[in-house]
Amino acid sequence: MKRRKPARRRRVGDAVLAVGTGLAAALVLLIVAVILGDVVYHGAPHMTLAFLTQAPREGMTAGGIFPAIFGTVALVVLMTLAVLPAGVATAIYLSEYANPGSRVTRLVRVAVNNLAGVPSIVFGLFGLGFFVQFVGAGIDSALYGGRRVFGQPALVWAALTMAVLTLPVVIVATEEALAAVPRELRLASAALGASRLQTIARVVLPQALPGILTGAILAISRGAGEVAPILFTGVAYYLPKLPTSLHDQFMQLGYHVYVLSTQSPDVDATRPILYATVLVLLLLTFALNATAVVVRSKMRRRFAGAAS
Amino acid sequence: MLAFSSIAAIILIFVFIGKEAWPLLHDSVIRKEVTLAKMWFAQQWPGYDAPEHVWQPVSEIPKYAAWPLVVGTLKVTLISMLVAVPLGVGAALFVSQYAGRRLREIVKPTVELLAGVPSVVLGFFALMVMATWLQQALGLDSRLNALVAGVALSFAIIPVVFTVSEEAFGAVPRSYVEASTALGAARWQTIVRVVIPAAGPGVAAGIALGLGRAVGETMIVLMASGNAAILSASPADSVRTVSATIAAELAEVVFGGAHYTVLFFLGVLLFGFTLATNLLGEFAIGRMRRRLGGMA
Repeated sequence: MKRRKPARRRRVGDAVLAVGTGLAAALVLLIVAVILGDVVYHGAPHMTLAFLTQAPREGMTAGGIFPAIFGTVALVVLMTLAVLPAGVATAIYLSEYANPGSRVTRLVRVAVNNLAGVPSIVFGLFGLGFFVQFVGAGIDSALYGGRRVFGQPALVWAALTMAVLTLPVVIVATEEALAAVPRELRLASAALGASRLQTIARVVLPQALPGILTGAILAISRGAGEVAPILFTGVAYYLPKLPTSLHDQFMQLGYHVYVLSTQSPDVDATRPILYATVLVLLLLTFALNATAVVVRSKMRRRFAGAAS
Repeated sequence: MLAFSSIAAIILIFVFIGKEAWPLLHDSVIRKEVTLAKMWFAQQWPGYDAPEHVWQPVSEIPKYAAWPLVVGTLKVTLISMLVAVPLGVGAALFVSQYAGRRLREIVKPTVELLAGVPSVVLGFFALMVMATWLQQALGLDSRLNALVAGVALSFAIIPVVFTVSEEAFGAVPRSYVEASTALGAARWQTIVRVVIPAAGPGVAAGIALGLGRAVGETMIVLMASGNAAILSASPADSVRTVSATIAAELAEVVFGGAHYTVLFFLGVLLFGFTLATNLLGEFAIGRMRRRLGGMA
């Protein structure tokens, strides 16, 4: 009889811990299911082709969201053009050139990690203080005789602000991809007489391309969803026409969601449009994330095959 | 040279936010309207019975007390951490210790999905759906309050805490678990006395990173907190956080004016705080690596 007691305690303890942690996991699943379910249920009926291709009408209580989609795409394209060279260069430096123990390398790494943790609203302040007021105003006084062209919130400044925000995403993904390129390939290239630069440009980078792509896609997904950094750097509430140059303002999906849900003159009339806009934004970011996952797993499989 | 873009970015962020906040400390015109002392100590305003902390930057006599915003931020952050830490760490423990392969393949991608939800969407959900539910369930006076914002904010923090904790639990060497089992410990005893202490610094890092994210997160609190700068301890009151204040007010201020300067100063505070929590988290992860690495 005495021996049964600890055995029971074991069972009870195990059951409590398993059920408790299992409940936590189940609750997390439930939260995701409820949010997605609610958005899909209310948003799907209103997501038509006309909705995706028309401009908003009647104080945004009717019509579509095409300008917001266009602005979001323009923003992330410009952002990608800026963030890829900088991010890939940093990653190449860290994984191919830098001495891993050196102080400079450690400093770069700390900077990358900390940049990832800076609040997005602080990037917004930075974009306004640096890009708009310093760089933009500087361009104006140098090229336009002080006339205000670039010294105000604009597409290009929002894109550059977003590029700084997504820099760590690209660096981390690229570094991982570079590290996954087998050493044998580098040695073989060196043995054939290739210089370090040639090896990196012709052997390592092509091999790491899927990983770099993954980083770019993740950055785009992040950039498409963030709103706080562009609040003061270029986004507009409503614009009658699409942006045509770098110094125009633009509309954006996430900001459109914010505007519709907080500043609508007629909440009930806006609701279907709001839900459909959220659904579009979610589908966009999820599709990008899913693509990144697929590309990454393909890359892993390729290297797994090469090593064996 | 592009390789140093991140260091440059960090330095430039600090310099250019600091530059816009600097006049608060030395510009005589701005210091007539607001000083650090006026921000942090209760002031006797005309029409008030006693000295009070008031944030009313757009009024005849602008008042810039920072405490209502700081307390609001702490309140929302505390609520979000109280929800996110048990759920995030619990789910991570479940996935790493109890879940079978198939269950793991469901939970992990779902958390990643949650991580991919833009914060403006979480804010929208809190504002349009959750606020009504919570108000009906608890009979609250104000629809938008610290509780709604905190719970919605926790949805953004859970993936951070989960991911870092799960990695930490996974990094505990098998030999520890085997040794504990060989000594006759039950599974839960092994988890509580061996796995959790070994992974402790990693879990702490996840919590620190989550904390940094919670304090700085903007869109969720901007949309769900009610945005009233009330100094109170009750979670049922509307609140206004530091980040939401910057987001809501900066677009309408005079460039270079006192209000503008104060908002950039608040930005410096946010930046400094998150930098500190990040360094703390990094330190914790490094310590765990060294500890587990040294023993293996």
